[in-house]
Amino acid sequence: MAMTETSNRNEINKTDHVTSIWWIVVAPTVWAVHFLASYLTAAIFCAKVADSDRSAGEVQLAVMAYTVVAIVIIAGVGWAGHRRQRDGHGRSPHDEATAADLRRLIGLSTFLLSLLSAVATIFTALVFYFVGTCH
Amino acid sequence: MNADAPSNPSGDDRLDANAKRLLDAWRTPTRWRYWSAVNNSEVGFWYVVASFTFFLFGGILALLMRIQLAIPDNDFLTADQYNQVFTMHGSVMMFLFAVPILEAISILLLPEMLGARDLPFPRLSAYGFWCFVIGGVFVCGSIFFGVAPEGGWFMYPPMTTEYQTGVGVDIWLLGLSFIEVASIAAAVELIVGVLKCRPPGMQLNLIPLYAWYILVVAVMILFAFPPLIAGDLLMELQRSLDWPFFDASRGGDPLLWQHLFWIFGHPEVYIVFLPSIALIAMIVPTFARTPMVGYGWIVLAAVGTGFLSFGLWVHHMFTTGLPAISIGIFSAASQAVAIPTGIQLFCFIATLLIGRVTKSVCLLFTLGGLATFVIGGLTGVMVAVAPFDYQAHDTYFIVGHLHYVLIGGTIFPIVAGVYYYYPAVTGKQLSEKLGRYAFWLMLVGFNVSFFPMHLSGLLGMPRRVYTYPAELGLGTLNLISTVGAFVLAIGFVVFLFDVLRSKKNQPLAPRNIWNAGTLEWLAEVPDKPWGVRSIPIVTSRYPLWDQPGFVDDVDAGHFYLPDAEEGLRETLVTSVVDADPIQCLRVPGPTFLTHFAAIFTGGVFILSTYHWYTAATISGVLAFITILVWLWTGTAPIPEKQEKDVGRGLTLPIYVSGSQAVGWWAMFITMLGDMTAFISLIFGYFFYWTAHDDFPPNGSSGPGWIWPMVAVLTILLAYSATLAARRWNRQDHATRFYGAIACGVVLSIVGGLALLYGPLTHQMDPTAHVYPAIVWVLTIWTALHVVLGVVMHLYCAARRAAGRMTARCDADIVNVTLYWHFLLLTTAITVLVIAGFPLVAK
Repeated sequence: MAMTETSNRNEINKTDHVTSIWWIVVAPTVWAVHFLASYLTAAIFCAKVADSDRSAGEVQLAVMAYTVVAIVIIAGVGWAGHRRQRDGHGRSPHDEATAADLRRLIGLSTFLLSLLSAVATIFTALVFYFVGTCH
Repeated sequence: MNADAPSNPSGDDRLDANAKRLLDAWRTPTRWRYWSAVNNSEVGFWYVVASFTFFLFGGILALLMRIQLAIPDNDFLTADQYNQVFTMHGSVMMFLFAVPILEAISILLLPEMLGARDLPFPRLSAYGFWCFVIGGVFVCGSIFFGVAPEGGWFMYPPMTTEYQTGVGVDIWLLGLSFIEVASIAAAVELIVGVLKCRPPGMQLNLIPLYAWYILVVAVMILFAFPPLIAGDLLMELQRSLDWPFFDASRGGDPLLWQHLFWIFGHPEVYIVFLPSIALIAMIVPTFARTPMVGYGWIVLAAVGTGFLSFGLWVHHMFTTGLPAISIGIFSAASQAVAIPTGIQLFCFIATLLIGRVTKSVCLLFTLGGLATFVIGGLTGVMVAVAPFDYQAHDTYFIVGHLHYVLIGGTIFPIVAGVYYYYPAVTGKQLSEKLGRYAFWLMLVGFNVSFFPMHLSGLLGMPRRVYTYPAELGLGTLNLISTVGAFVLAIGFVVFLFDVLRSKKNQPLAPRNIWNAGTLEWLAEVPDKPWGVRSIPIVTSRYPLWDQPGFVDDVDAGHFYLPDAEEGLRETLVTSVVDADPIQCLRVPGPTFLTHFAAIFTGGVFILSTYHWYTAATISGVLAFITILVWLWTGTAPIPEKQEKDVGRGLTLPIYVSGSQAVGWWAMFITMLGDMTAFISLIFGYFFYWTAHDDFPPNGSSGPGWIWPMVAVLTILLAYSATLAARRWNRQDHATRFYGAIACGVVLSIVGGLALLYGPLTHQMDPTAHVYPAIVWVLTIWTALHVVLGVVMHLYCAARRAAGRMTARCDADIVNVTLYWHFLLLTTAITVLVIAGFPLVAK
């Protein structure tokens, strides 16, 4: 019976794919850290440093720096996910009981989540582009 | 391979004997002992019934409100009664229906979907359920005595701290905190269930979409509920001990409550929405007769929504005067969350388009729910735009919006789920004809009721006000809403009649009545208490469709654990990613211990409401003893043999410890939740610093740095002693083990006292200002954790002395060590904040 499928997992290195599950949440975590850092920087700056009419140029610069770092990491993760997803000749829906398809599905999810995280990160950054004061 | 291996049964008699033993092990207790059941099918069923009962109660409250608002200047309810009714309606629907129903359905069905015999901690589920029932009855009962909370489901201070002196607010804070215990218990159960109790072969790319959603939701509960618990703690301290956390005149800030509440409150919306969408994800492929399109995209949607939903909380606070930049980023995130939400809807539509759709009431409710939810989602994007929100805030527009989201996104899918799963649970089918009547009554009634609210809101009708003058011209719209509400209610009555009517003369439904492809449809008709005859090997997302002879093989006991040779309840534990079998887990059977634990735990919260602190303390001690007895007798028992043949020639260990064990995961997950509550308190500390110039106040020396340093160093030593104890236990050095434990206990006590000594010697009066108050909260929080650490040390020593823990069977000390990692981190952060930050801030 179905034992053959469960035992042909030796195709790829086991440690690799046990850790690769964490890849799924890396990009959204980067979004979360970027989001929180941007929010806290703005909140603390506006409460402690600036009057409501003063420009928040320092915050804009800081968030720009956060954004560059975040997008670079997200892009890297997304690229890694994309490579996993395209591994071999596998095509969607990645529903075989093989290690290769498991790896491809994790790759696909990683890739898609990094796209979403990139969009959400840029959304956050755009706010700082458009709103320049603490008012 | 063992000669008795069931994959090669010697004949039908042999198989019957196996099946009989299995049945005996899982038999549901009868007569009054029925209530001692802990199996997922009983607890899940009770949970569903109890949640629906609270739902009906909340619904009746809604009708009372609609009667009151039907005509201008109505006096059907007084202002006070109206305040109680709308507060209870919101609280009941969110805390006693929407969240519990997801836990209920998951406890009932998740093990079946995973081909497991039960979830890993059945007694924890039962404990959570009884906590929920006791807390729910307590909170709901208050309205019959006219003392129900009146502060809205969000309980904003200073209204609730200074202007409402009755017990209503305390009932809300303590009663619902108690229920949140049940939610966190369920989250632990469901996360470990999805990760560790899948059938062999069901690797992560094959798990049912329901399991993905529930995993995400359970993790969200873990990070969303603790901030509310922290907020509840602060507010209750202010109400009973006058510690000024939300009192602006003593440095406090009411806005902190709003942050803590909405860090919980917004993810909460997705916590109730995603499990319902998960039901849709199970229903759609069945009726489209094709696998779900875009499995990976749905995983993206579930995980993505889970993350983004934590970045939206401030959109409930747009009108509190925050800087435009802050408002902007939360507005942007609120727009972004529409992307993953939309993606899953497109996947459902695509599946229905490419499939050959079979008509049914389930599908009607599914489609009605999706259409309604889309409208609510679009008005949601509207109110996410801050300038529009300034206009719509606190008007009936919001009431219309949130009901489209919650009724479309949660209630309709749940009703669809009831029609879908009713035959699997009860063996009888609901009436398609009555179902169609119910659907159209509900859909029409709902829209007639809630659509006009958008208009009355835009015309200026405020929320939470018990009446309105005729001159505002809102009478007609409100009357229409009331008529619609009653049509909706009639729809529910039809549905309820269909569910409750006697079906004695109705033939049993065929097995797998909808011809679905997922494992829960292995359920026999009538169902047997064992869950599945044998735990299958799964190689497809829809094994009932794709794996030839699958059902027959399961029924014939050709897969794993088709027998219970020792007469014990067993299920398989598999690895997190690949679902390779790693343990034969013995799960506990019926008990009344969970009832006592729930009653005594409830006593702590309920008695405290009335300030009967002596009685509450006694109840707390009894709860503590009961839980210790439960742990001592029911957890990590040393098996009579190390390994067991589970069938098909596979031999698995019965006892494992460390990160492979379900208990380790439960401790890890619980401590993540605990850590989140702690971080929420830390957030409070820094919030005060950000928002106020006098924090820490000039002239305050804080707790000093000497005693906190002593505390962190002794706790570090106690932590090292714990590590040593684990090591020496494993090496079977009994004397050294007990020595390390003794050192750990002494050092912990010294550390805990040193921690308290800092603020004590610096005359920090917690009622004088918020600064000493928050320092005391952090200190006491940490000290209580140290006390718990000491109890765990002593527990491990006793376990070893009693022969219940050995060098090899060391789960207790391993899990305690895991707790100590978190304890060390908590202590270090507390000391850095209370002792270190004042040095930097000056």
